[in-house]
Amino acid sequence: MTVPLLEATGLHTYYGASHVLHGIDLRILPGECVTLMGRNGMGKTTTIRSLLGLTPPRAGEVRVRGKIVTGLPPHRIAQEGIALIPEGRGIFPTLTARENLTVAARPGRWTPEAVLDLFPSLRARLHHLGSQLSGGEQQMLSIGRALMTNPELVILDGATEGLAPLVRRQIWSVLRRLRAEGTATLVVDKEVRPLLELGDRHLILVKGRIAFAGDSQEWRARAEENLVLLRA
Amino acid sequence: MTLSLFALQLLNGIEVGLLLFLVASGLTLVFGVLGVLNFAHGSFYMLGAYLAWWLAERTGGLIWAVLLGVPVMLALGWAVERFAISRLYRRDHLSQVLLTYGLVLLFNELQRTLFGNDVHGVPAPRALDWTVSLGEMQTWGAYRIFTSIACLCIAIGMRQIILGTRFGMRVRAGASNGEMLEALGVDVRRLFSVLFSIGTALAALAGMLAAPLTTVFPGMGESVLVVSFVVVVIGGIGSIKGAFAGAMLVGIADTFGKVLLPSISSAIVYAVMAAVLIFRPQGLFGEAQAR
Repeated sequence: MTVPLLEATGLHTYYGASHVLHGIDLRILPGECVTLMGRNGMGKTTTIRSLLGLTPPRAGEVRVRGKIVTGLPPHRIAQEGIALIPEGRGIFPTLTARENLTVAARPGRWTPEAVLDLFPSLRARLHHLGSQLSGGEQQMLSIGRALMTNPELVILDGATEGLAPLVRRQIWSVLRRLRAEGTATLVVDKEVRPLLELGDRHLILVKGRIAFAGDSQEWRARAEENLVLLRA
Repeated sequence: MTLSLFALQLLNGIEVGLLLFLVASGLTLVFGVLGVLNFAHGSFYMLGAYLAWWLAERTGGLIWAVLLGVPVMLALGWAVERFAISRLYRRDHLSQVLLTYGLVLLFNELQRTLFGNDVHGVPAPRALDWTVSLGEMQTWGAYRIFTSIACLCIAIGMRQIILGTRFGMRVRAGASNGEMLEALGVDVRRLFSVLFSIGTALAALAGMLAAPLTTVFPGMGESVLVVSFVVVVIGGIGSIKGAFAGAMLVGIADTFGKVLLPSISSAIVYAVMAAVLIFRPQGLFGEAQAR
């Protein structure tokens, strides 16, 4: 059996006194695409923050390739080959687009040239500050910046939210390409259909607990119940 | 005022401003990037000056004192960040003021114990013991020229590092979103240690270079701290460019104030600050919105 690239067991995470995650189990195999669905405030972002050590879980364990990383500072967990594209994109506003790409780069096959081939429209914007880019450009830059760390797992929190349809399509096609190339992904988004087309497995979070886990076929077999879980 | 006197005062003002920049740049970086209001920053200036005097007495010159003293202060800065400042990153400004003010008292006591409370003079290096004449009446000391050039080189070097290196890139990124940088695999804690350590050494270097010009005395740290805060506020908190502009403005205003309006000279710096804040409440190069 393959060792999971990332495995979380029994995560309990709190913000101060409020108990947000109630025992999350999650595993991502190498090259696999897992999606995380759920209404606002159900714990998707908190799950991601817990995995990366940004909001360390109070109980439970996170392993990367079998190695326990719970309690390590976030940069050490990221260095294990995990890259984050956060909600709101997290572009450094006072750095140029090119600097955003290189600020945290680690060596590997993803170079600025390779990222610009993926997102040609960034080429003309390289010398603009992060704050001067449009939302779509910022999301492309955020994905490019994550790829520049040459990760094995890309975590995308809010893949296409607030973006124009054309940019959305471009981002879904990039995610398909990453999957084809064997980069594992954990994707959060509001659009169910493209997530079902893209993902190998899907999780639905309700109030900090996993309410559904299964592959696309299983998801569709329970489509009505699942859509109720996702309805705002 | 004759032209040559004017020129001399201008040069002196620039020199005072450049020294002030070395202190204020560290203060503004530590506040802008680490988010810590460091009252002990002036103490590093004071310790630098005392160390320069103490080492110069023993090694035979200011140049040796600087070469030995700067690494000592880098190490001190590293230790202070590690054991004190790093506990403040998630705390409010009140805790920061309490702890760093405590450090001020500690360093003052350290100065009393190690170096005593006497006022000391530090001779300028002998090689710089000559003057340039400006017009018929005024002369400009070679040491002052040297100090100005040295500070200017450091300022240009800092600009190159901040704009042109990956370390500088990370400092700028850390100033706007340290957590994001951390999530991308950059050790932000170490970045902060290095930055704080450099800020400490720059303040101390300013104290060392100023020692032959101002003498070395207890309390010199507090006075430079207050003026440095004025510089940081004028320039815009967190902005190096602003610290440079603010330091120049304060240095020149202070120098001319002492000559032209001696009776109210101590208030001039604050009048300049008030005037700037009326027109730009965020400072000359500050972001309109605090983060």
